[in-house]
Amino acid sequence: MDLLIAVTLFVLAVFLGVELITKVPPTLHTPLMSGSNAISGITIVGALVAAGADHSTFTAVLGFAAVTLAMINVVGGFLVTHRMLQMFGPKRRRDTSAQVSKASSADGAETGDGRARVMDVDR
Amino acid sequence: MMDDWTTLGYLASAVLFILGLKRLSRPRTAVRGNQFGATGMLIAIVVTLTDNAILGFEWIIAGLVLGTAVGAVLAVRVQMTAMPELVALFNGFGGGASVLVAAASYIEAADLATDTPRLSAAAGLAALIGAVTFTGSLIAFGKLRESLKWSGFKGMQVVSVVGVAAAVVFGVLMVADAGNALWIWLMVAVAAGLGVLVVSPIGGADMPVVIALLNSLSGMAAVAAGFVLDNSLLIIAGSLVGASGLILTQIMCVAMNRSLLAVMFSPAPSGAGGPSADDVYAGKVRSTSADDVAMLLEAAERVAIVPGYGLAVAQAQHAVRDLARRLEDRGTQVVFGIHPVAGRMPGHMNVLLAEAEIGYEQLVEMDDINPTFEQTDVTIVLGANDVVNPIARTDPSSPIAGMPILDVDKSGVVVVIKRSLSPGFAGIPNPLFAADNSMMLFGDGREAVVSITKALQQI
Repeated sequence: MDLLIAVTLFVLAVFLGVELITKVPPTLHTPLMSGSNAISGITIVGALVAAGADHSTFTAVLGFAAVTLAMINVVGGFLVTHRMLQMFGPKRRRDTSAQVSKASSADGAETGDGRARVMDVDR
Repeated sequence: MMDDWTTLGYLASAVLFILGLKRLSRPRTAVRGNQFGATGMLIAIVVTLTDNAILGFEWIIAGLVLGTAVGAVLAVRVQMTAMPELVALFNGFGGGASVLVAAASYIEAADLATDTPRLSAAAGLAALIGAVTFTGSLIAFGKLRESLKWSGFKGMQVVSVVGVAAAVVFGVLMVADAGNALWIWLMVAVAAGLGVLVVSPIGGADMPVVIALLNSLSGMAAVAAGFVLDNSLLIIAGSLVGASGLILTQIMCVAMNRSLLAVMFSPAPSGAGGPSADDVYAGKVRSTSADDVAMLLEAAERVAIVPGYGLAVAQAQHAVRDLARRLEDRGTQVVFGIHPVAGRMPGHMNVLLAEAEIGYEQLVEMDDINPTFEQTDVTIVLGANDVVNPIARTDPSSPIAGMPILDVDKSGVVVVIKRSLSPGFAGIPNPLFAADNSMMLFGDGREAVVSITKALQQI
């Protein structure tokens, strides 16, 4: 890849990232951070090549360590983000709206649709 | 080197990352967004594994299995109160992986004499940014767990400057004398030291800024690794993360009315010059009991609860939920006022309260709740201090002057639950504690809230 093309990709992607993330509600600050953190584990791609290049044992060991660290970052990051986002979903509401919310989400509770609707409440 | 299918697969991953981040920033679609991101990552891994450049799979499989197991166990077992340190730890691992990738590529290129100035320079940057991210995140991890109290030594800024100069020298040597693997390890060593030096003095309320900034740096380390490997996906995905981390950093700095440079280089604002704690508090602080607070709440129509880091320390989120539910059962309106930098990472309070199953619609942002404090009968401040200090509005010479705060002092009665009158991170006394409409309930946050709830039951 031409260096200038690589630099172009970099600059455009930074601008795109800025456009994507502005106006994030505070509730999502933590999940967004841990989710994007998991994406930064993309360095796994380079780690796989280093571990599998069969150049020398030393570089393979470096690659192995890189794969391990990056994989912890990726798997842990996406899983923990999922756990957090689940908590923002519909909960056993005890107030008067509990019955309503239960009834309306009964059809889609497992598919995530109910969750999506309840999370939209104050937007 | 890359065939067309690999390139197309990487393009699909990049698109999924973009759509995923977009969806992650809207409450309604956030779960889907995270799944998009994970799918993009899976595609990237599968595409890479089918790439011709990979010859042996033993090390790869070992690393994938080990990393998956460790990551999954950590993610499933973590307590929500420990979320900031886990995010810091994962972040550090990402930075560390980028360092190792850069080192392996640099050494291989040196052995095969395929090195170019561009590869060497990019490897130097990846080693620098990645190692700073790695050790910086580990220090942040230790600070967030409160197992690390060390905040550096006198003159460490001078040492940091020397370190930066050394990093520049090693970077130049990596390019000029590219056959020598020694230089990249010296670069890693210096950068690792810099990460420790820069993050160690930062603490307390500045932690959300540091976490967001380290997040951004881990993305930038991936970008640099992408320039080493000539890999478009690393460049794109790393830039997206770098940009989103920078924006969060910016949001946190605005919420504290401090510049990023001030956070990094003049960490502890001193409380010197302002009125002393004795002047502010002497004879004016009223202490109260759980029973009295229960009486107040019993008569209130609208109650606001303002949590701070003390809520996380005391693990009081479930106790607060019980109190809120009891009040609602009595017909009292209960809202939570959330300051953007309350806690130790961006959005920390929201995560804790969501874990306690407190409805997302009850959490009100600062700008929305501030105009309503005048109509609020009782405000309970739980483990928060500087973010409710009215001096930020009134005294232009104070270290927190101009910082946006929650105007709890405008509500009918303010009950402050706190262990003592000790100052917050800014190190200044809080006139709120001595105000005519304030009373202090001294003690552990969780125990205090449980006693109030019990007392309410008996009324």
